[in-house]
Amino acid sequence: MKKILLSGNEAVARGAFEAGVAVGAGYPGTPSTEILENLTKYPGIYTEWSVNEKIAYEVGIGACLAGARTLVTMKHVGLNVAADPLFTSSYIGVKAGLVIVNADDPDMHSSQNEQDNRNYARSAKVPMLEPADSDETRRFTVRAFELSEKYDTPVILRTTTRISHSMSVVTPDSEAAQSPSLEKVRALKPEGFSRDIKKYVMIPAFARERHKVVEKRMEKLTADADSFDINIIEINDTRFGIITSGINYMYVKEAFPDASVLKLGMIWPLPWKKIDEFSKKVGRIFIVEELDAFFEIEIKARGYTVTGKDIFPVTGEFSPDVVRETISAAMGEPLETKEYYASPKLPPRPPALCPGCPHRTVFKILNEMGLTVTGDIGCYTLGVLPPWSAMDTCVEMGGSIGLAQGIEIAGGETAIKKTVAVIGDSTFAHSGISNLVNAAYNGRKGLYIVLDNNTTAMTGMQPNPFSGERITLEASVAVDYELLGRAVGMKKDQVKIVDAYKPKDIEDAIREMLDKDSLSLLVIKGPCVIWKRKRKKKE
Amino acid sequence: MTDKNKTTNILMVGVGGQGIILASDIVSAAALHAGFDAKKSEIHGMSQRGGSVFSHIRFGKHIYSPVIPNHQADILLSLELMETLRWVQYAGPDTQCIVSQEMILPAMVEEYPTGLEDEIKKLSQKTVFVDPKELIKKIGDKKYINVAFCGMLAKYIDLPEASWKQSIEEHVPRGTFEANWTAFGIGKTD
Ligand SMILES: Cc1ncc(C[n+]2csc(CCOP(=O)(O)OP(=O)(O)O)c2C)c(N)n1
Repeated sequence: MKKILLSGNEAVARGAFEAGVAVGAGYPGTPSTEILENLTKYPGIYTEWSVNEKIAYEVGIGACLAGARTLVTMKHVGLNVAADPLFTSSYIGVKAGLVIVNADDPDMHSSQNEQDNRNYARSAKVPMLEPADSDETRRFTVRAFELSEKYDTPVILRTTTRISHSMSVVTPDSEAAQSPSLEKVRALKPEGFSRDIKKYVMIPAFARERHKVVEKRMEKLTADADSFDINIIEINDTRFGIITSGINYMYVKEAFPDASVLKLGMIWPLPWKKIDEFSKKVGRIFIVEELDAFFEIEIKARGYTVTGKDIFPVTGEFSPDVVRETISAAMGEPLETKEYYASPKLPPRPPALCPGCPHRTVFKILNEMGLTVTGDIGCYTLGVLPPWSAMDTCVEMGGSIGLAQGIEIAGGETAIKKTVAVIGDSTFAHSGISNLVNAAYNGRKGLYIVLDNNTTAMTGMQPNPFSGERITLEASVAVDYELLGRAVGMKKDQVKIVDAYKPKDIEDAIREMLDKDSLSLLVIKGPCVIWKRKRKKKE
Repeated sequence: MTDKNKTTNILMVGVGGQGIILASDIVSAAALHAGFDAKKSEIHGMSQRGGSVFSHIRFGKHIYSPVIPNHQADILLSLELMETLRWVQYAGPDTQCIVSQEMILPAMVEEYPTGLEDEIKKLSQKTVFVDPKELIKKIGDKKYINVAFCGMLAKYIDLPEASWKQSIEEHVPRGTFEANWTAFGIGKTD
């Protein structure tokens, strides 16, 4: 088969296709977004942008229980949203394979935190695989489905930004994708759901039994992990040995091509016999892992002395240089320092709201009005930077409206008149609507502003429940703000929709709604300029 | 011919919207078609909104890291003057710099810094500056300028013409191959 260059995200989609996936669901999030966008290009696969990650995961459980191999995709913080179904889906297991692709973002290239989601595998008791390049990503995706069915468990495929967005050579398995057996898998209508209450209905009596099954499954997986060919021991120079996984394996090989390495392809549970065998063969052991001391703590708990986070940073990404310098220094062989040209200080070039962006006007007004603005996540978070400087908080998706409620409760009348929440349309659909319900239910009187640019711009223009289109761009329902307001008891004048390019209308509406002694929802509508340009090109 | 056993490291930098990603797709695929192992690393997301953009391209017999080790860039192709200096961590005195004199003011900056060309010469003696206006005049349309820059790059990495041709054909919009191929040729002979 011909070699091609694919990004990690494209490789997941390719692998899913080769594995005969029938359903793909997810919520956008850098660096995971392109997986599902690529999966839509393959024939015979149903894909959807779900409203949020929790729902994508639930769709995934249902589809796999009805017999369809299912891929669920999200970024690292997305799994926080989907953590509830994750933990219990570990108990009920699967019927057809269920694979969750979860993209971590060390160094926060495009995220609000740099949590290490390997911890989820341990706490939810599910296996996790981590590939080191695009071809492994493709193969591990197929492997994840096999493991999911063999061990009756959801499997998480973990990537990091450097894997998701880097391109490397892939040799697609054209045979797998066209093999008679796979043709059959695809042609096979999923057999549908069949009742199995002790496995699928997690009331305490049944869940207690299932928890035992989960523990047994992880024991079996731990034992079998020693023979998995994706956990690889490479013995070369034995002065020291390195235990690593994912992109860090590539950095290690770049820095020390002759080092002995234990490369973990399955990063949970750990293959203990392989670790024991490796440690017998090498001198000092280094653990090279970005973010948390995940392997390190486990391996130390087994009684080994290893070097890890005492010399490596917990924050940020690694690189070949970080690995080379840190280990060389620890081995008492520090690298020669060479003087290189140092550049003068340059003005920074941070991302900014595009010229003509519909989000610009409102932030100018909010700045001039000197309001406290609880913000949210999306392009509009750039409203925090000069010249707008009009945002005071940003925590997680949907959080703006929740925080505004807390500020109102603690701050009383004066806070109501001085505080607004600002949230994008995709984010409002994701988890803002439930926050609006909470505000109405609990008698809040704040003003919440939805910045509706008709798309999920931050992550690259995905349609959402307010834009009237699905992932395939076929037409769909567009949620109606006014009816939504009505449904939570808001009167006509408590919900307003204004044009993003009419500053006076926006300002008048904000003043009027802040003056009123009732909950209000202001929707500022104007399509994203990049989205418009892209649409024109298509037409 | 480029030494098959040596790894070639190319860093492309610029500003969101300049077409760095397409240009780096073309270069990495051309290397693949020429029979090399190739990797490419860039970050999509926040950086696109007018921020700095970079792409690491590496090809050779066998490539591990998709990220270029510090100071090992063989070529630094910069589509924006100031951006050249933002990435000196990857360059050294032997780096061949190809630098567009295009100047794009970052948001909130009133005055473009001066003296940058002299600074870039301090970074590496092997620097060629390219006047983007002149180049556009020669190729006739600014749409194809990033492919013309691929042509300039081609002078220093010596991949077979057929590999370039195949790669450009695969990556440019349908109906624009001829114009892009001409732009590439102009870049290569400029
Ligand atoms: C739980 C979670 N999922 C996904 C993301 C990634 N993400 C950041 S902003 C955003 C959506 C932004 O869309 P919208 O609210 O419409 O604002 P816009 O960027 O269009 O202005 C997404 C999906 C995230 N940060 N957190």
